[in-house]
Amino acid sequence: MSSDNRIDIENIRSQFPILQRKVKGKTLVYFDNAATSQKPQSVIDAINNYYTTYNANIHRGLHTLADEATAAFEATRAAVKEFIGAKESEEIIYTKGTTESINLVASSWGRTFLNAGDEIIISTLEHHANIVPWQMIAEEKGAKLRVIPINNDGIIDMDAFKSMLNEKTAFVSIVHASNALGVINPVEEIIQLAHDFGALVLVDGAQSAVHLDIDVQRLDCDFFAFSTHKTYGPTGIGILYGKRALLESMPPYQGGGEMIKEVSFEKTTYNELPFKFEAGTPNIADAIALKSALDFIHQYGKSTIRHHEEMLLRYATSQLKQIEGLKIIGDVENKVSVVSFVIDGVHPQDLAILLDNQGIAVRTGHHCAQPLMSRLGIVGTTRVSFAIYNTIEEIDILIIALKKAITMLK
Amino acid sequence: MSSAKSIQEIEASLVDDFSLFETWEEKYEYLIDLGKKLQPLEEQYKTEQFKIKGCQSSVWIHSFHQDGKIFYKGDSDAVIVKGLVSLMITVLSGQASQVIVDAPLDFINEIGLSSHLAQTRSNGLRAMIRQMKLDAVTLQGIGSRE
Repeated sequence: MSSDNRIDIENIRSQFPILQRKVKGKTLVYFDNAATSQKPQSVIDAINNYYTTYNANIHRGLHTLADEATAAFEATRAAVKEFIGAKESEEIIYTKGTTESINLVASSWGRTFLNAGDEIIISTLEHHANIVPWQMIAEEKGAKLRVIPINNDGIIDMDAFKSMLNEKTAFVSIVHASNALGVINPVEEIIQLAHDFGALVLVDGAQSAVHLDIDVQRLDCDFFAFSTHKTYGPTGIGILYGKRALLESMPPYQGGGEMIKEVSFEKTTYNELPFKFEAGTPNIADAIALKSALDFIHQYGKSTIRHHEEMLLRYATSQLKQIEGLKIIGDVENKVSVVSFVIDGVHPQDLAILLDNQGIAVRTGHHCAQPLMSRLGIVGTTRVSFAIYNTIEEIDILIIALKKAITMLK
Repeated sequence: MSSAKSIQEIEASLVDDFSLFETWEEKYEYLIDLGKKLQPLEEQYKTEQFKIKGCQSSVWIHSFHQDGKIFYKGDSDAVIVKGLVSLMITVLSGQASQVIVDAPLDFINEIGLSSHLAQTRSNGLRAMIRQMKLDAVTLQGIGSRE
């Protein structure tokens, strides 16, 4: 880890082959990192190496390839445990992504422990993935979904949250950092307050896991969900952390191979954690490659990465603010490296098309957070999000391209 | 309003227009200009009933029937998409129902806008074309989409 918080940006960029590619004849400027980050060569190599040298189904095979694949698959689980500060590897469940992690909890825990009249609390900032699963289970169980309001900057109303908590509150599912605005929620306080009322808390870490130091034991969250394709890792792999006692008490999410101890037509007994929740052959290659992504992050250290991203965030924010008619949505101190903005008289979709023609990838639209957009009274935003490999020069390119697009559109 | 030109002739002339531009900037500026100059759609038609929802922008199409031909007016909240609406209206408005239904509309790929503009589901172009063709069929026997 670098001690002076400086990184060798050229060396880092050279590890991401995709950054060399041209888009519309220009060198790609990739500012859609909140949707998915690009992958370093080490991650790409790990996938390739797995299929080239030790592809095998894991856990049951009694041969060398199966042993090697199993060892690598479980080594990643141990690395994830360290990455988020869990107590035991058994508390780390592989899923397809944040969405499946949340669905697993809503379905398995919700179906077993929710009662009619119970209340589930989410916030206005949530991604659809942390709204719809709860709506579905609330409807099924006759529970009530309640939503914490926010102010115009996207900051959660903690007084409102406190007043919503009561003996009926069974579950709080809250986003750690907003995907649409970047705003960071005070999850530690939220967890403590919820626990005072005996409610469980799931933290949606899709946007926070790559930027913030995560220590699930210190946070004391009951569940933590994230997707590894946003942490320089492969797509199709996500993590659900859950406290062991809770995971033990929950029934399996899906039935099949891998998750059983013994099967007969009369009665099936289930496997131990974490396998109880991992029915079927998992995404072995991507799970193995995930370790390379975590190693990549460790190599620099999150504080160094965060320092670099905050520098980009501050620079971009100050440059964007100088553009006439541009308004940053969620212009607050405490946020991850995401800038979301609207421009008077300019539709975000028009902007995205004209930026793409200049080789710049940004995200526009409602960011799968339609209730948030409607609360803010906008159809969508243009979102620029940074990763370790982005540079000040790229922001300069963006600003010039933005001004050009605005001139063309106005 | 009625057009003496065939769809093929109109498409060819649009492809010609766009071929005069050498850079993507000129092509898009022209498209944006078409969007801005599009004959406005009366407010009464900018409702849910006439809306075609794309992923990111909205398009409103009002279709009506006159002297055996189908006519269209439209709008969008995104100006580039409005330019596309304008192109579609230029090509299809004033044609016979069956001609509209059968139109392959190849010109979209030939005018040299970025391929994603022509193909992606996000700008609602496909949905727009589908609705215009559907309206042409419906209106053949009735009067207008109400």
